[in-house]
Amino acid sequence: MAATKNGEARNRVDGYQKVTGQAKYAGEWQPPGLLHGVVLNSTIAKGKILHIETEKALQLDGVLQVFTHENRPPLAHYDKSYQDLDAPPGTPFRPLFDNKILFNMQPIALVVAESLELARYAASLVTVNYEKKQHEVDFEKQLQHAFIPKDYKAVAPPEPWGSPAEAYHDAKHRLSATYTHPSQHHHPMEPHASTVLWEENGRITVYDKIQGALNSQKYLMGVFGLAQEDVRVLSPFVGGAFGSGLRPQYQLFLATMAALELRCSVRVVLSRPQMFSFGHRPKTHQRFSLAASEDGQLQAMIQEVYGETSRFEDYSENVISWPLVLYNCANASLSYKLVGLDVYTPLDMRAPGGASGIFALECAMDELAYQVGMNPLDFRLKNYAEKDQFEDKPFSSKELRECFRQGAEKFGWKNRPNQPRTMQEGHELIGWGLANGAWEANQKPAHAKAVLAVDGKLTVSSATADIGTGTYTIMSQVAAETMGLELEQVTFKLGDSSLPKAPLEGGSATASSVGSAVREACRQLGKKLLELAQEVDGSPLKDIPFWEVEMEAGQLRLKKDPTKAMALTDILHQNQKDSLAATIDSQPSEEQDNYAIYSHSAVFVEVRVDEALGTVRVSRMVNAIAGGRILNPKTAKSQILGGMVWGVGMALEEESVMDTHYGRFINHDLAGYHIPVNADLQELDVIFVEEEDDIVNPIGAKGLGEVGNVAVAPAIVNAIFHATGKRFRDLPVTVDKILENDEV
Amino acid sequence: MKPFSYQKVMGITEAVSDLKEKNQSYIIAGGTNLLDLMKVHVMQPQHLIDINGLKLHDISERDGGGLHLGALASNAQTAYHPLVEGRYPLLSQAILAGASAQLRNKATNGGNLLQRTRCSYFYDNSTSCNKREPESGCAALHGYNRDHAILGHSEHCIATHPSDMAVALAALEARVVATGPDGARSIPMADFHRLPSNNPQVDSNLEAEELITGIQLPPEGFAEHYAYLKVRDRASYSFALVSVAVGLRMEGNTILKARVALGGVAHKPWRVPGAEELLEGKEADRENFKVLSEAYLTGSEAFKHNKFKIKLAKQTLVRALMQASNLKL
Repeated sequence: MAATKNGEARNRVDGYQKVTGQAKYAGEWQPPGLLHGVVLNSTIAKGKILHIETEKALQLDGVLQVFTHENRPPLAHYDKSYQDLDAPPGTPFRPLFDNKILFNMQPIALVVAESLELARYAASLVTVNYEKKQHEVDFEKQLQHAFIPKDYKAVAPPEPWGSPAEAYHDAKHRLSATYTHPSQHHHPMEPHASTVLWEENGRITVYDKIQGALNSQKYLMGVFGLAQEDVRVLSPFVGGAFGSGLRPQYQLFLATMAALELRCSVRVVLSRPQMFSFGHRPKTHQRFSLAASEDGQLQAMIQEVYGETSRFEDYSENVISWPLVLYNCANASLSYKLVGLDVYTPLDMRAPGGASGIFALECAMDELAYQVGMNPLDFRLKNYAEKDQFEDKPFSSKELRECFRQGAEKFGWKNRPNQPRTMQEGHELIGWGLANGAWEANQKPAHAKAVLAVDGKLTVSSATADIGTGTYTIMSQVAAETMGLELEQVTFKLGDSSLPKAPLEGGSATASSVGSAVREACRQLGKKLLELAQEVDGSPLKDIPFWEVEMEAGQLRLKKDPTKAMALTDILHQNQKDSLAATIDSQPSEEQDNYAIYSHSAVFVEVRVDEALGTVRVSRMVNAIAGGRILNPKTAKSQILGGMVWGVGMALEEESVMDTHYGRFINHDLAGYHIPVNADLQELDVIFVEEEDDIVNPIGAKGLGEVGNVAVAPAIVNAIFHATGKRFRDLPVTVDKILENDEV
Repeated sequence: MKPFSYQKVMGITEAVSDLKEKNQSYIIAGGTNLLDLMKVHVMQPQHLIDINGLKLHDISERDGGGLHLGALASNAQTAYHPLVEGRYPLLSQAILAGASAQLRNKATNGGNLLQRTRCSYFYDNSTSCNKREPESGCAALHGYNRDHAILGHSEHCIATHPSDMAVALAALEARVVATGPDGARSIPMADFHRLPSNNPQVDSNLEAEELITGIQLPPEGFAEHYAYLKVRDRASYSFALVSVAVGLRMEGNTILKARVALGGVAHKPWRVPGAEELLEGKEADRENFKVLSEAYLTGSEAFKHNKFKIKLAKQTLVRALMQASNLKL
């Protein structure tokens, strides 16, 4: 049975540590004798290094070494040694492997010195001669060379349904439009960093910024040929990641290499400009052709996607399932090609694929609703997916209709004139728009361990991560609730490769996967406690099966007669035990395979557009979420709010600008790359609709990391249309685009 | 960063003589821009002269009705000073439109004027930039130039000056007071910053051996009719795409005097004194404002990514004039 009631709104258990500076991040560990590494990056996008002159740097007092491809230690040879748990098909990039330059800002040297400032200065003295080759970084120009990859990292395009081209041609209402968004970078507050603690016995302990300590451990073992016991990776605190910490990044490689070679502890922290030197959300170009009958029934859906990738890995993501997850249509085709550029491989970024696909889909649906002459909400309800057509499965639960109802009511949608350009206040045109979204709610295998000590303290652990999402808190809550303990009695440990195995912290799967493992480990511990309880003389629980007992108020007790009880601590005490442990390997149920399991959202947005100045203000947003059982409404709300802020960034501000001449992202700092600031955000409302789901996992929770974000950008863009009567199909919708769009 | 020597000075004379005698020496006050540039090796001083110990923090009334702003008064102190808020609200508004609260607490008035452009290419040593490295070329000219100048640029540099405060000071016709080896002088704001011409590495007409000691505001502050309107890519904490500072002296609906400066469009705050006169004696109305906006943008020339700025500058100018004269839509 899944638990049904939402959890309690609790403060973060690690909140105090974070706000008082006691939470240490990867770049903050200070072992004795620590050396500092500064990375030198290439200034060309393609070619080879003819010579690196390091002499001047090496002459400085306090500079220990400058590592380059010429003096690096021997490294693993096979691709698979470099393939981490999130690697797309292809040949992973190998820092300092040879003299080839594959992308601009490629790491080509590591300067190691006694202080950060010295290392940075020394790095500025290193000179590089290149043989430059003509790079190609212009996505639009390369569209003509788009290719179908051998393997798709995410879902491969399926065979078409029905006859999409004919159905499109014959339909009464047709819409064909191209939607684009630029490359975007994750920009967590904490830049990527690794501190490698070298020990006399040659073993290393690594503090890394990573969304899964096990992934960094696996990578280091593969690349440097280390045994599992020789490398322990820790990431107790991660200052945001949004996917950028799914794959081990080059600072981990370089810091570890330097530590092993110099037999010293080494730290490497990337600078903000260097945060533009690795993975990013790929630029996409999507052509949508949608058709509907006179009464607004979808007749054809054709989605053609082009996404950016590097020359050495085929990165793809799930851009194409959404039309048939959110709607049903008898005639549909979905295609997806990649465009190879001389850039670093793209990387999962918050709602990878979903953010892109749902943006284009929901803007196109809005356009078609207007062609049909329907209110965009009615049009969506008319085409509401009763099943997941993409995988041909029923939904395990889907309260999206309720999201629409509650969201619309809170927002006041019924007062909206359908005609665009009809609301105005002062200089500002006002527009109301909506979009809906979905995200996968997968449960993945995960391990957890629960240990109850005789003093009543429970310690639960799993090698997952908390990237600001609230993992520490909700796992502690799940454990406390399962064991009938107070939250204060529970400690949850994560971010350590020596803990029980957990999947990468990503894809909104942690609450579901690790939460289930935590619950099962605690229940396993309960069973063991019952066995011990029954061994005590005069036990009130003799011959009682586990399903007839409950753990409440620190006791194991009979459900139908709570006076028959033993305190958990007594059970240990009377068995002369200091502690009792249970470990579980939690697996998703086979039943899950028969269902499509998604969280859903409906987003309502009010924008105010000042056409003369080209500015857009998001004055109001309501995001109604169906995310199963909410484990902690407070941390859950924070996650959704963060997703909404993220959506504002995607719709209006974020763009990594590629200078095609240099082949380099040129706006490479946070003055040039805009993300929303407080002043950009006004009323933000979050609604969690009730949603029971016995199938998704034993705790009934769906995960909220991405569903809060996916429908926000299109809702904003649709609201801009409603305000202005003009369509904007290229993100971000910035001042210049508002001013230059003369279409009415 | 590159090693440098550092000395805290206690007198203006000492600061000026250090500037003269020590090679590659720079003044540091708030350091909010200089330190960033040193970290990325764009500026590599050999010697830093810390002037924070000098007594240049005062904001006081001048004989004849003007106001003196000490070079070391912070941007925040200046913006929130009752005399500035009351008599020069245009300046107050402009300062508060810039940077963040933290930066304004640290940044000084003198330093604000001397901040460098935020052109991406200036910040990136791997690209060409005549301002950073004379004769290396201007990568922005054919690169990503959305934020760049539309007025007064040259083939050598199309960067803009990033300050908001300076735009208001230009409209207010302030003067910058500086001391050099030959004593003190005051420089009109219009002549303080310069156009890039063929030596864009020089941002201003301040001599290398001169130290800014203060800013003088004339008596007229346009406290009745003013506007600072800044258009940017987000609501706060970003540089202007276009900004407009307007001060009007009015009688009824008639404009007696108009002072207008544009920011975000040139290597310096942009004024066209002749165009301002077009408004004198005229009614405050949209048509007259449009005439002025056209005159202000005469000779504007945009690049691949900043064509919108010409239209934006005109429209922002009209809007700012409407606001300053309290005209409704």
